[in-house]
Amino acid sequence: MAVSVVVSGACQVGDRPADDSGRMTSSAIAVSGLRKAYKDKIVLDCIDLDVRAGTVFSLLGPNGAGKTTTVNVLTTLLKADGGTVRVAGHDVATEAKAVRAAIGVTGQFAAVDELLTGQENLQLMVDLNRGASNNGRRIVTDLLERFDLVESARKSASTYSGGMRRKLDLAMTLVGNPRIIFLDEPTTGLDPRSRRTMWSIIRDLVADGVTIFLTTQYLDEADQLADQLAVLDQGRLVAQGTPDELKRQMPGTHVRLRFTTVAELDAAARIFPDSTRDDEALALRVPSDGGTKSLRALLDRLDEYSLHAEGFTVHTPDLDDVFLALTGHTTEVVAK
Amino acid sequence: MKSHSIVMLRRNFKHIARNPITVFNAVLMPVVVMLMFVYMLGDAFNVGVDYVDYATPGLMLLAVCYGLGSVATTVNSDMTKGIINRFKVMDVSRSAVLNGHVIASLLTNLIAIAAIIGVAFLLGFSPSASFLDWLGVVGLVVLLGLAAGWLTIALGLAAKSPESAGMASVPLVMLPFFSSAIVPAEKMGPGLRQFAEYQPFTPIIETLRGLLNGAPDTSDLITALAWCVGIALVGYLWASSTFKKRA
Repeated sequence: MAVSVVVSGACQVGDRPADDSGRMTSSAIAVSGLRKAYKDKIVLDCIDLDVRAGTVFSLLGPNGAGKTTTVNVLTTLLKADGGTVRVAGHDVATEAKAVRAAIGVTGQFAAVDELLTGQENLQLMVDLNRGASNNGRRIVTDLLERFDLVESARKSASTYSGGMRRKLDLAMTLVGNPRIIFLDEPTTGLDPRSRRTMWSIIRDLVADGVTIFLTTQYLDEADQLADQLAVLDQGRLVAQGTPDELKRQMPGTHVRLRFTTVAELDAAARIFPDSTRDDEALALRVPSDGGTKSLRALLDRLDEYSLHAEGFTVHTPDLDDVFLALTGHTTEVVAK
Repeated sequence: MKSHSIVMLRRNFKHIARNPITVFNAVLMPVVVMLMFVYMLGDAFNVGVDYVDYATPGLMLLAVCYGLGSVATTVNSDMTKGIINRFKVMDVSRSAVLNGHVIASLLTNLIAIAAIIGVAFLLGFSPSASFLDWLGVVGLVVLLGLAAGWLTIALGLAAKSPESAGMASVPLVMLPFFSSAIVPAEKMGPGLRQFAEYQPFTPIIETLRGLLNGAPDTSDLITALAWCVGIALVGYLWASSTFKKRA
């Protein structure tokens, strides 16, 4: 699948042709022309997504981009204003029950019962899950072991750390053995160690054939986990493709040189013709692979022209760069 | 397969058991108020009968109201914390969630009332109710518990935060004091007297008083039943529609 940059206005809800039947059968989630507005504020504008069964799909975007709203619509918690959404082959609007039976959701805020212990939280899920009641005790013990929560199983969830709470939350989601799991920013606010634990849990789930729909603010997380990803910005999909396809779209690694005078900046811009200048910061962006050889060449060239840079930094592409490249503004601007 | 309502009820009971302050408010607080009024102040009130006999029906009502403060808060925290979305995605019906709350609150009420009646007997309470009258007392108390429970749940659902939900139930705790619970309405000042005579708690208390004396007044009974059914209905409908909007 080629990288598709969704052009605004291309979406006309209602007369969009349905996906061909061959793709429909392997789609765990198929979204077409999804729109959602709160009063007159458009939160989601013409979203098209297709998630193949057994893969990880990551929806990437800054705070307020509409990630949680998308998850809420896809998980039947919120009604869409337009478009069609099919999850596990069922329409979320008309077959909500069938959709709910097939999915599991771990929201952005750990939805655990704080007054109950870890074990009781899981038991509660077993009791509420019509299919799981027969061997409930087994399911609970297995999940406690799998998520390394045995020791704190009898402590109330209010005493759990953020990482433990997320793990318990995900364990609760797994009680019904859902085939499609939605994870809304599962690692936001976690320390690096807990993040890695969460990643390995997600990989194990995928190995079992579960489809994962993951939202995240972190490019590296999407890069680590996702087969396909889409970038959401202010309610619109600005790009989707594989992580590699997306990275190719991004500005590459570059060196940023900072000068003290405009004259120096002018001179430097002349000797590096493929650079881009930032007059305000008196800085110059020179494309580079970040290797020592090319860096030495660059410094030698500065020396040759007796130019002195006040600051020197090597940049590798991050989510900010993606946003800058795709939307013309940085994540921080969006977050405001 | 267990009914979702029962699962939810068990969850609510665990919450109550884990949170001693709610038990204190629901069960011990009314008893403390009872001891205060009957022991400390009882001799100062001239109500024509032994004060404990006069006050017990009103204190039963007070026990119901004290138990409700925490109900509004718990209902609200269910809505404001993520767990309600989990229940929704698991297809737990709203009736199961709300039924759990209402039944838990009703059972707490009954425990509190049993405690009040027990302490009343220790203080010399001597009702002349027949078995049938007692059944009537239990029936009315259950009905009142349901009515006040649904109304409180609606208040809890309508509140923006658990804190403001706690505040919403304060009038319910105050209302018994402005009824014939502690002193007869005719002894109150003008204005307050009319309020006390016509507010819903007074006919309910008078009916309980009548039943415990073995001589219930039919018109009080009808007014009490009408209030209870009315409040229950309003509370139920309000709670259901608010729940639908929020969750």
